[in-house]
Amino acid sequence: MLDDFFTRAIVAGVGVALVAGPLGCFIVWRRLAYFGDTLSHAALLGVALAFLFEVNITLAVFGVSACVSLALLLLQKRATLSADALLGLLSHSALALGLVVLAFMTWVRIDLMGFLFGDILAVSKMDIAIIWLGGTVVLAVLAAVWRPLFAATVNRELAEAEGMKPERANIIFMLLMAAVIAISMKIVGVLLITAMLIIPAATARRFASGPEQMALMAAGIGAASVVGGLFGSLEWDTPAGPSIVVTALGLFVLSVLPTFSRGAVRGKEPEKRTTEIQKENSP
Amino acid sequence: MLKKPEALVTLDNAGIRRAGRWLVRGVAFSIDSGEIVTLIGPNGSGKSTTAKMALGILKPDEGAIRRRPDLNVAYVPQKLVVDWTLPLTVQRFMRLTGQVSVDEARDAMAATGVSHLAMAEVRTLSGGEFQRVMLARAIARKPGLLVLDEPVQGVDFTGEIALYDLIKRIRDEVHCGILLISHDLHVVMAATDRVICLNGHVCCSGTPTVVASSPEYKELFGARAAPTLAVYEHHHDHSHLPDGRVRHGDGSITDHCHPEDGHHHHENPPGEPHPDHAGERNHDA
Repeated sequence: MLDDFFTRAIVAGVGVALVAGPLGCFIVWRRLAYFGDTLSHAALLGVALAFLFEVNITLAVFGVSACVSLALLLLQKRATLSADALLGLLSHSALALGLVVLAFMTWVRIDLMGFLFGDILAVSKMDIAIIWLGGTVVLAVLAAVWRPLFAATVNRELAEAEGMKPERANIIFMLLMAAVIAISMKIVGVLLITAMLIIPAATARRFASGPEQMALMAAGIGAASVVGGLFGSLEWDTPAGPSIVVTALGLFVLSVLPTFSRGAVRGKEPEKRTTEIQKENSP
Repeated sequence: MLKKPEALVTLDNAGIRRAGRWLVRGVAFSIDSGEIVTLIGPNGSGKSTTAKMALGILKPDEGAIRRRPDLNVAYVPQKLVVDWTLPLTVQRFMRLTGQVSVDEARDAMAATGVSHLAMAEVRTLSGGEFQRVMLARAIARKPGLLVLDEPVQGVDFTGEIALYDLIKRIRDEVHCGILLISHDLHVVMAATDRVICLNGHVCCSGTPTVVASSPEYKELFGARAAPTLAVYEHHHDHSHLPDGRVRHGDGSITDHCHPEDGHHHHENPPGEPHPDHAGERNHDA
């Protein structure tokens, strides 16, 4: 049944969506949307390095994304810059480095558009195997660290005090993100991965009453977006990757309509989540 | 005497330094099972910082912290803002850092008076309600060490007394050690075994022997509540200047505190009752 390119596209896309949904919830909860962007930009550097050293692209992308995540964790600890400035720094440096490295390799001619927007209609059986095996591993690890990771998302200090080892959970989460970027880059492309992570999760937020429920809903909504987007792309001859994102956006817009919305995202100003005590007056 | 072998947690001359400034320094005390230790002191005196050291959230830059291995800790932070993007009900919040049975969760919520909020989303709670929920969550963990950073903020007066009674009862029933923080220099529990006053360092410590004898307290809290409240007051005879130097009562300025500074101990020196401890309310500390 996997002989048909369209079926392969659906199987691969649904696989990515099932993994991206739950991870995307953490991206939304932790306000890391820009982090997803940064990782996917860094993925391009991974592609360039893969060509340079002639290694597997998925592995190279995972390696570079993992390095960028860990660099971010380290910089956050020591540097005096805010997280978003650091992300901007890493993001655009990695993107520019990737393009420069590619330019040096005059003998390599790659379809940049393919990596930027993905080529889901060209997935092979091998790609599907990587997506489903890798995706299963990612979800299994996520399930294993779910409680500490969620506790650390609610409040890092509380998690630390009560023995949840939030630092370890954070590192594992960063590595899972790198893995998802690596396995989904070929499907939806560097620029659209963030959308696949965030839009289904944002849609699920409107209906979910608990974190686990939201993760499952996001996975389902993502899968529905893939199926809808691919059929739309077939029907109207539109590019597959962007069509999936547009479908996801359509579901989100539907969820905002008054009929469906329970007014879940209302009012409150974004507040600083961490609790810093007033230290100004101490000796 | 500070290094009892059975202590849950021991701070030994611990200090935290940030950006070239000591937030708190030379803190030494320990907490035993079944003991309530209260930290008091003005804003910025290092109460929360000290609690975070005891909890292991902050690593001391000087001195040492020893915690009993496998100590089950429950923590009620001073401030916890649940991001509005998080779908989190009170029921789910109760299980945040460990499995809690339905019965345990229900009993704890009943004890702090929030049973009716089980299905409510955490971010819709009022300050006082959320404070009670956080306390319920901590209790349900059946902790060995319970750390409460301003646990009654936002709670109304009658609720405040009930919660202090509850904290005392938890100590008696679970027999855990409790580290309690209060910025209120005047009201601490009679059940407190030890009060430690911080002002960037341990200013003084001892049992809160001066009980609420003042008419204002009885009037404010009622005769029944009065025995659960104690008055603990003293004047700081020196103040810490922004640059780290110390201005003393006589106006002189030195680089460090003198050993005898700020020690208007209640039991120390014995037989020399301090005129400040007549039960009046001082707001200058």
